[in-house]
Amino acid sequence: MVEIRNVHKRFGDLEVLKGINLTVNRGKIISIIGPSGSGKSTLLRSVNHLEVIDQGEISLDGARVNRPDLKGLAFEKHINHIRQNMGMVFQHFNLFPHLSTIDNVTLAPRKLKGMDPKKAREWGMDLLDRVGLAQKADVFPNWLSGGQKQRVAIARALAMEPKVMLFDEATSALDPELVEEVNLVMRGLAEEHMTMLIVTHEMGFARDVSDWAMFMDGGVVVEEDDPQKLFSNPEQERTQSFLRKHLRS
Amino acid sequence: MDFNLMVDVTPLLLKAAWVTIDVSARSLFFGFFVACGLVFMQSLRFAPVRWLARGYVSAIRGTPYFVQLLLVFYGGPSIGFRLDPLTCGVFVGAFNIGAYMSEAIRGSIESVDSGQAEASRSLGFGKAQTLISIVLPQAAPLMIRSLGVLAIVVVKNSSLISIISVVELTYQAQRLIGSTYKPLEIFTISALMYIVIVYAVMGIIELAYRRATRYTTL
Ligand SMILES: Nc1ncnc2c1ncn2[C@@H]1O[C@H](COP(=O)(O)OP(=O)(O)OP(=O)(O)O)[C@@H](O)[C@H]1O
Ligand SMILES: [Mg+2]
Repeated sequence: MVEIRNVHKRFGDLEVLKGINLTVNRGKIISIIGPSGSGKSTLLRSVNHLEVIDQGEISLDGARVNRPDLKGLAFEKHINHIRQNMGMVFQHFNLFPHLSTIDNVTLAPRKLKGMDPKKAREWGMDLLDRVGLAQKADVFPNWLSGGQKQRVAIARALAMEPKVMLFDEATSALDPELVEEVNLVMRGLAEEHMTMLIVTHEMGFARDVSDWAMFMDGGVVVEEDDPQKLFSNPEQERTQSFLRKHLRS
Repeated sequence: MDFNLMVDVTPLLLKAAWVTIDVSARSLFFGFFVACGLVFMQSLRFAPVRWLARGYVSAIRGTPYFVQLLLVFYGGPSIGFRLDPLTCGVFVGAFNIGAYMSEAIRGSIESVDSGQAEASRSLGFGKAQTLISIVLPQAAPLMIRSLGVLAIVVVKNSSLISIISVVELTYQAQRLIGSTYKPLEIFTISALMYIVIVYAVMGIIELAYRRATRYTTL
């Protein structure tokens, strides 16, 4: 489903990704963990082409995401199409504050798929219902709690029926008591066999939901394994010390 | 204070005030297009076009409007660029305020959190649609406020075109003073008229601002 092959990315003199490989199969959930600055966000953003990689290949369902051969408008068209098949969830929600909750969710299907307003509203209500926020449909995002905002953001990302969902620390900006409601929604997606690539600082959650876990540090994959094994019995010293710090706190 | 005289000159001053409004409105209208052009030029990848726009904005901001006006009106003809006073007033007014407006527009667009455009792009929206549907509506409140300040500047600046004998409010006032020798009365009325115009503009801006910020209070 998602193929990441030998991906390199540098910001100026700093090489942030040093040859990353990862395969995400359909219906699988992969967690990426690692210390701050290890390149987790950069990797996830590269999949969505929010960062342009310098070397390597990323593809979604066999279609290449990065296409150095395409230029200008041709590339724009290509990437807009690719992105419609990916749902991205950001740490800081990035809901559109000038649109009501339901409009946040239905904007993409209306404008990009030409879904008619009535159908879009039904579809939007379905999605909001799935994240438990149907009653907030006509409220503006500023009036929602952080947890509610992130649930709307998930509904928005689902609106185009993506093949894969990308989560970049979806719960890091939330007050602790709001984390669980978002995790619950993500667990729901897992049960429906949504393909997911999750960057997280929550080891417990990662261990529970994922099919595969990957530990990154300094732009390389230090260790990857079955989550039960990686979290309880890591082989690499760097993974061990990272987990010691994080499982304690 | 000679109140009879004040009543007598009011119709003439009102007529001139209309010219002030007309020149200001047209300067703003054309200035807005100049500004959009400058913003567009500065968003291009081709650097020389960006430098050209930056250079232009710097030149306008670095020189007094009064000098720009004199330069075009008196200096223009020697290179074959001849404009009648009214056209010149609108022309220089538009190209002057356009530079400031371009900065206001850019500033308000840049004030929108970059995460907004990212979220939009990640959904599959293109650059233009992201700008129109996501960024501009959020830039609008700040843009309206800063363009509003410039609209008031334009109204006040328009008094300077009296120097090239456009019969607007200030020119007419001076002319009437020349025949009546009553500067206090006449400038008082013209000042009051400026106040009315400026406050009307501020009222319009406030309405537009409230419209643009509806969503934050609902
Ligand atoms: N746009 C950018 N320009 C320059 N450097 C950047 C940029 N984005 C990220 N970096 C740098 O790249 C490195 C990796 O950043 P990244 O955000 O991918 O880390 P991360 O693993 O997500 O960390 P965190 O857990 O703090 O979110 C960091 O050193 C960061 O400072
Ligand atoms: Mg990060």
